[in-house]
Amino acid sequence: MDHRIYDLEGIDNQWCPGCGDFQILEALKKALAGLELPPEKVVLFSGIGQAAKTPHFMKGNFFNGLHGRSISNATGMKVANRALTVIAIGGDGDMYGEGGNHFVHTIRRNPDITNIAHNNMVYGLTKGQASPTSSVGFKTPVQVEGVFSEPFNPVAVAVALGASFVARAYSTNIEQTVGIIKEAILHKGYALVDIFQPCVTFNKVNTYAWFKANTFDLPGDHDPSDRMAAMERALEGPPYPLGVLYKVEGRPTFEDSMGCYHEDDTPLYRRVYGPERIKDLLSSFR
Amino acid sequence: MFRFPSKGNSDLSLVLCGAAGQGVQTLEEILVDSFRKAGYHVFASREYMSRVRGGSNSTEIRVSSKRVRALVDRMDILLPLNGGIRANIRERVTPETLILGDAAEIKDELADRGGTFLNVPLMEKGREAGGPVYTGIVAAGLLAGLLGVPPEIPEGLLKERFIAKSEQVVKNNLSAFEKGMGLFRELVASKGVSVDIAKENEAVGEMMMNGSDAVSLGALAGGCDFMSSYPMSPATGVLTYLARHARSHAVAVEQAEDEIAAINMALGASYGGARSMVSTSGGGLSLMGEGVSLTGITELPVVLHIGQRPGPATGMATRTEQGDLNLAVYCGHGDVPRAVFAPGSLERAFRLTFDAFNLADEFQVPVFILTDQYFLNSFYNVPEFDTSGLKVQRFLVESGEDYRRYEVTESGVSPRSVPGFGKGIVGTDSHEHDEVGHVQEDFELRRRMVDKRLRKRKGILERVIEPMMTGPKDYRNLVVTWGSLYHIVEEALEKADLEGTAHLHFDQVFPLHPDTRAYLDKAEKVITVEGNATGQFADLVRKETGFLIEERVLWYSGLQVPVETVAAKLLELLR
Ligand SMILES: Cc1ncc(C[n+]2csc(CCOP(=O)(O)OP(=O)(O)O)c2C)c(N)n1
Ligand code: SF4
Repeated sequence: MDHRIYDLEGIDNQWCPGCGDFQILEALKKALAGLELPPEKVVLFSGIGQAAKTPHFMKGNFFNGLHGRSISNATGMKVANRALTVIAIGGDGDMYGEGGNHFVHTIRRNPDITNIAHNNMVYGLTKGQASPTSSVGFKTPVQVEGVFSEPFNPVAVAVALGASFVARAYSTNIEQTVGIIKEAILHKGYALVDIFQPCVTFNKVNTYAWFKANTFDLPGDHDPSDRMAAMERALEGPPYPLGVLYKVEGRPTFEDSMGCYHEDDTPLYRRVYGPERIKDLLSSFR
Repeated sequence: MFRFPSKGNSDLSLVLCGAAGQGVQTLEEILVDSFRKAGYHVFASREYMSRVRGGSNSTEIRVSSKRVRALVDRMDILLPLNGGIRANIRERVTPETLILGDAAEIKDELADRGGTFLNVPLMEKGREAGGPVYTGIVAAGLLAGLLGVPPEIPEGLLKERFIAKSEQVVKNNLSAFEKGMGLFRELVASKGVSVDIAKENEAVGEMMMNGSDAVSLGALAGGCDFMSSYPMSPATGVLTYLARHARSHAVAVEQAEDEIAAINMALGASYGGARSMVSTSGGGLSLMGEGVSLTGITELPVVLHIGQRPGPATGMATRTEQGDLNLAVYCGHGDVPRAVFAPGSLERAFRLTFDAFNLADEFQVPVFILTDQYFLNSFYNVPEFDTSGLKVQRFLVESGEDYRRYEVTESGVSPRSVPGFGKGIVGTDSHEHDEVGHVQEDFELRRRMVDKRLRKRKGILERVIEPMMTGPKDYRNLVVTWGSLYHIVEEALEKADLEGTAHLHFDQVFPLHPDTRAYLDKAEKVITVEGNATGQFADLVRKETGFLIEERVLWYSGLQVPVETVAAKLLELLR
């Protein structure tokens, strides 16, 4: 399938020229088209931020919700209709800051969704404050003396929580990113794809040159089913390894465990109940 | 000589109390079921402390030959299982109260209160039956004897309840029950204590349930198939009921990590076509505020059950109040059309929760069910709900290729599709958006979209539920209530027997019925009775209709206001 099928006409793209977000958008379209998924079978969830605008710049069903809540929206949707491909996308502030609690607990639930985080180590939309992944010492108009807190390590946290798929990519390596996103979508269960993304406007530290110098491809002998090895790789850096760090197959998904599918496979929108649904319950009170 | 009903009453009010974990709840459940199956009308209301062990919890059980549905202050009989009786119970002991207690346990705790103490060695008999845990069942035997309950009824219930544990446990329970009946014959009946209340067979085949049950059943009847919530008293009962029936009744139930996730999962599911619900209390609703606002702009239906308890903040976790009306009506930034129900009876709670799902789907808005701890934890017998006319309506359309989720329409309601249903793309956005759902900063469009969403208020108003009027049509005085105070005020008015006084009850508190003002204008004097400190409903009426209700009976101790207190206040104000 040609990935141009995912293009949306007449859009006013609001990203800065040269931003890594463009590369991720392109990679996502290629990955979806590469999997022969038509836009009407794909649902994109996002919160608020520059990265979170992605669903407005491509074709596909979309739910652009509140800052930090996209994976909760996505989880609910996946339960309502298991037949659709569900992707939650947003920035590091959105996913790991405002949405940090949901990040932790969604991983534990293991819904079959792909969680893409544009990790630019800064807040873009609100003009350059620190994000949870900013490095210590990073100066901003708010963190005037430089960031004091330790950066959040999403991939290590995900491995620690037993996420069933954890990967790291770098936006500039489009083909590698396409491959990782495809693998993440095909993976049945929660999949985190943390993508390094240069913000050319507000992050003058973690630039294209910096990422190039501080990343490398995971060696071919890395065994993604080995959790300890994955954890070691997740804690490594800089320079940071790129690729699929961790992957376990066969873990049951959240939506499959739900009572609504115990005896019935139809998506929830097709279900209509009559008063007989509670007949037995009413008599249990007699 | 103690003959019940006491003078001037037609029912028996029996209060049981004891430490948490001491079996007060089992005792209450066995008695309530037995009394109803024996043919009495029964009401039972529980008040409990926010602790798992110890403290002192109590249950009031009223037994009558007529329907009883309200809390009274009067205690005809008090049966304390343990010492350490709390002030809220102690203070209700009067010279007319008969105390059935174990002197070895209660000692002289109540000696200064003037009631008659009849010593019954409940503990000793419990130990004889197998251990102190059986004390409560001894009390059940005693009280079943007093009320002339055929022993096979409670015995059957005990077998059913304990058979899963072991034969021995069943045997011990039956023996404890038998010993309690013996205590009744030897130490109570012999002292001339008797109850003379006719058993009407009407109640025998009826249902016995509480507010949590009624809301849960309404939700299931209404097609609820997705529930995400975070536990919070007193709203947890609805979550647990649905969880218990998740598999058998095909509901997705999830305990979210917090209320923010709960409402956002519910909205995600709603976007996918589920009938979603959340259940929480005021604190949780505060956290859901942004989510409620999200429903406003995304136009995603959701039903929110709010079990109120006293605030602000943690307030009193296991107590009751009607203090979250303002929050339900106004929560969420921006203008969010909505409907708020506040059922006054179990029947109405069932029906309005059912309706809430259709209304939410029809207008793509949040619909609130406001209850409170008192309502959720009070039981009484009700005739089986009439479900014959109930029809779940989905209001979904298949999308075509050029589907526009937010098509501007006359009614403000855009045809709703869901992803995967048809060839179209279904978009939704928390930003102001165009008809397709994409974010746009167009000031003309902004006005069109706001107007479109607010036009739905007209349709919601067309569906508004009429307030319920009881008493004389040509009233001079009008008492106004909402939510759980309905039956309390009904009985208080009956008791006060005030001339020319009618009762206007609102099961829907927002929007208000268009006739509200006319009802109020007709009265010379209007009074609200509310379970909060400021008169939130009276203020809402003022804002919506311009009518100022100055006389306000306000109650906010954390315990529900009893019939007698309301009657006395009304007499004071209206006579
Ligand atoms: C509740 C709430 N708080 C704050 C904001 C403001 N806000 C919008 S996006 C954002 C941070 C964006 O950073 P990130 O998620 O890293 O995305 P980026 O813009 O860098 O792609 C903030 C603080 C908001 N929209 N909602
Ligand atoms: S602010 Fe940064 S992240 Fe946002 S579009 Fe511009 S370059 Fe990209």
